[in-house]
Amino acid sequence: MLWQLFFTFFKIGLFTFGGGYAMIANIREVVVMRHGWLDDDELLEIITVAESTPGPIAINLATYVGYRRRGVLGSVLATLGVVLPSFVIIFTISLFLDAFMANKYVAYAFVGVKCAVAFLILKAGLAMLRKIKKRPLPLVLFGTAFVLMLVCELLALSFRTVLAILAGGFVGILSYALSQKPPEGGAA
Amino acid sequence: MIYLTLFLEFFKVGLFCFGGAFGMIPLIRETVLAYGWLTDEAFYDFIGVCESTPGPIAVNVATYVGATQGGVFGSICATLGVVMPSFIIILLIAAVLKNLTKNAYFAAFLSGVKPVAVALILATGISLLLKSAGLTGASFSPHVPSLIVFALLFVVYFGVKRVCKRSLSSIWLILLSAVMGLAVCLMLEYYRVAV
Repeated sequence: MLWQLFFTFFKIGLFTFGGGYAMIANIREVVVMRHGWLDDDELLEIITVAESTPGPIAINLATYVGYRRRGVLGSVLATLGVVLPSFVIIFTISLFLDAFMANKYVAYAFVGVKCAVAFLILKAGLAMLRKIKKRPLPLVLFGTAFVLMLVCELLALSFRTVLAILAGGFVGILSYALSQKPPEGGAA
Repeated sequence: MIYLTLFLEFFKVGLFCFGGAFGMIPLIRETVLAYGWLTDEAFYDFIGVCESTPGPIAVNVATYVGATQGGVFGSICATLGVVMPSFIIILLIAAVLKNLTKNAYFAAFLSGVKPVAVALILATGISLLLKSAGLTGASFSPHVPSLIVFALLFVVYFGVKRVCKRSLSSIWLILLSAVMGLAVCLMLEYYRVAV
């Protein structure tokens, strides 16, 4: 059972490209359909938890399922299993990447790849933007962080991502706390 | 010493990356640039590599930076660092804090964090787009191949979406863009030499 946890998540780690949501269907097939380790409701609940906690969703799921099945040891093995394939692959790549990138034709290909990366980042960002609640506070937070970071980028000023994230969380809590006292709602 | 730095910095990355696969790109980029572990260029090239290999981007970058800065042990430290926060948090939620995600203050915290995370992703995407197109900085010199490839990608992606009613997956986009990059650069090179 312990080895099965390890190998199952090893396979999930090996065959999910791009990470994130691409792997949920794959995980559901293995964990819910094949092994019956969770039912669909539990999976949905875990996905909700994974969405609201930091870290890659694959790791969150592995840790959670491992713990549910076999306690702390199970969670350690499942997490190791899901991380190990990318670890081995990337470590191997790291030995050759510099020499590979020095090739002229590879460099040409990567001119294109960089465009695709920008495209993918923008696509993911826009998809997330559509899901933001269209209320004043989230929109103001979004606008402020967006303008601040872009200005810092273009003027080569240093920007502190962690501070921006924490400031957003602080404003969220503050506005909630304020809205609790006067019933007419807090000011943003 | 580098081992401890790698562990702690990637622990921070693991702790503060909200917003899914791309949510961690702004913070990872800031970290690797601040330490000079990668150049901006090399970072985005590597993200392209990550999109065509399995596993979460954050883990891939941690392993790679760890390996280039501190060998096998360095990559183990960095990878452990980036995995540890989610591991600990999920264990805590599974074992003790079962209702953390239903807590109103936690939800309020997240409602403030999420718009910021989205803003950072979009700002990063736009900055990358402008930089690879050569449209930033004092010397305004448009990078023609990038502009052509980007326009082609845009047309192909939305063309496929319209005609086939489905989106190209990221791995196909990466492969396609690599071929386009090669073709466009070779063509420009050829004409510059020939004409």
